[in-house]
Amino acid sequence: MLAKRIIPCLDIDRGRVVKGVKFEDVQDAGDPVEVARKYDAQGADELVFLDITASVDDRPTLFQTVEAVASQIYIPLTVGGGVRSCADVRALLSAGADKVSINTSAVENPDFVTEAGDRYGVQCIVVAIDAKRVNKKKEPPRWEVFTHGGRRATGLDAIEWAKTMVRKGAGELLVTSIDRDGTKSGYDNELLAAISASVSVPLIASGGVGDLEHLYQGLAAGGADAVLAASIFHQGTYTVGEAKKYLSDKGVRIRL
Amino acid sequence: MASVGIIDYGMGNLHSLGKALERVAGGTRVVTSYDPDVLLKCDRLVLPGVGGVRECMRELQRLELNQMVIEAARKKPMLGICLGMQVFLEWSDENGGVPALGLFPGKVTRFPDPPEDGGADRLKVPHMGWNRVHQTRAHPLWEGVPDDTWFYFVHSYHAEPACADHVLGSSDYTKTFACALARDNLVAVQFHPEKSQNAGMTLLANFVQWDP
Repeated sequence: MLAKRIIPCLDIDRGRVVKGVKFEDVQDAGDPVEVARKYDAQGADELVFLDITASVDDRPTLFQTVEAVASQIYIPLTVGGGVRSCADVRALLSAGADKVSINTSAVENPDFVTEAGDRYGVQCIVVAIDAKRVNKKKEPPRWEVFTHGGRRATGLDAIEWAKTMVRKGAGELLVTSIDRDGTKSGYDNELLAAISASVSVPLIASGGVGDLEHLYQGLAAGGADAVLAASIFHQGTYTVGEAKKYLSDKGVRIRL
Repeated sequence: MASVGIIDYGMGNLHSLGKALERVAGGTRVVTSYDPDVLLKCDRLVLPGVGGVRECMRELQRLELNQMVIEAARKKPMLGICLGMQVFLEWSDENGGVPALGLFPGKVTRFPDPPEDGGADRLKVPHMGWNRVHQTRAHPLWEGVPDDTWFYFVHSYHAEPACADHVLGSSDYTKTFACALARDNLVAVQFHPEKSQNAGMTLLANFVQWDP
């Protein structure tokens, strides 16, 4: 049977791995090829690159980075950040990405997801959803989709949006809780479970991991098919191997 | 100099496959081309593929590669990967039904969709991620690859070969399905060896050295 996946996420700025809290206080954390190689050796099941380069003029640097990593690391690579057109999708796939992640532009033009899926196959189209709890206290939980790094509200209900995106051709969903991101208090498992039960495609949990139990809860309580984490791996709190052993010891099916 | 040709019909990511083959090729030259004449001069061929089967068959026909593949299949070692494996069969149910190359009897069909309200632990489609591959019989392709090794899969459709003797490996997802096929000088795998780390490199190296 299929294994649950552990996915380190790397923020990339002008060809370097960076780490920072919510785009502030960004620090250089190394060469993407070296960092990717380290996670590959630790047993990462996939890698996600999120390009946070502000200027579109620096876009070719991203393609070079993707190409350099894909030449040496033989596990799947998803690249997101600023993907706005089929030309962007094609350029990233040609550079060696296996999947591209689409976020803001899916909200601006949902048919873009369909177009990209038809052209390149739905298996390479990941739709990233940034969601925030918006219900009042004592109301049933409700989440809204935000774009632009969590700054812009869309008015879209996150569960309905997830269903729409799958209907439009998303092959996978990457769901980030804005409330939890950077807090190290665990994924929003209620959000994950609500989306996972409503869609037919794999779900990647993101936002809030502080310890290994959070990974387990994302899979067990959140029903996610894969768990994404950044800081616990970058800061060296845990290796990917330690995370996999922890999950395996708890009975999760893991590629060891 | 021996050569392995990657059949480039314009769909998907050939970058990692090319790099992976170069890494394991030893003295073998890696050629990526859409030109049937160039490809027919290669000693062995790889047919990769991602995307939909209708577009794939249309592009193979437009570039006059389908006849080349059928001709090469009579004599050269050839490896189909993912959609490249699926078009080796006679028919695919994808895109409303599309006739394929017919190098293996049988068809390609979709995994059953999970029930809408079946809870979070039901099996989803696409089948995406790492799964174990059970080797149903010995073959040079498996040399140095332990049985039940993990390989990386991404697909919603899978082969149903008509001839059980052609099945080289199987995997389990909603059911046991054939994920590797072989006959004579042809092999095909549903998973992505170029994305399956060390086991994938071993399998590609075996293909490059295979002398059927």
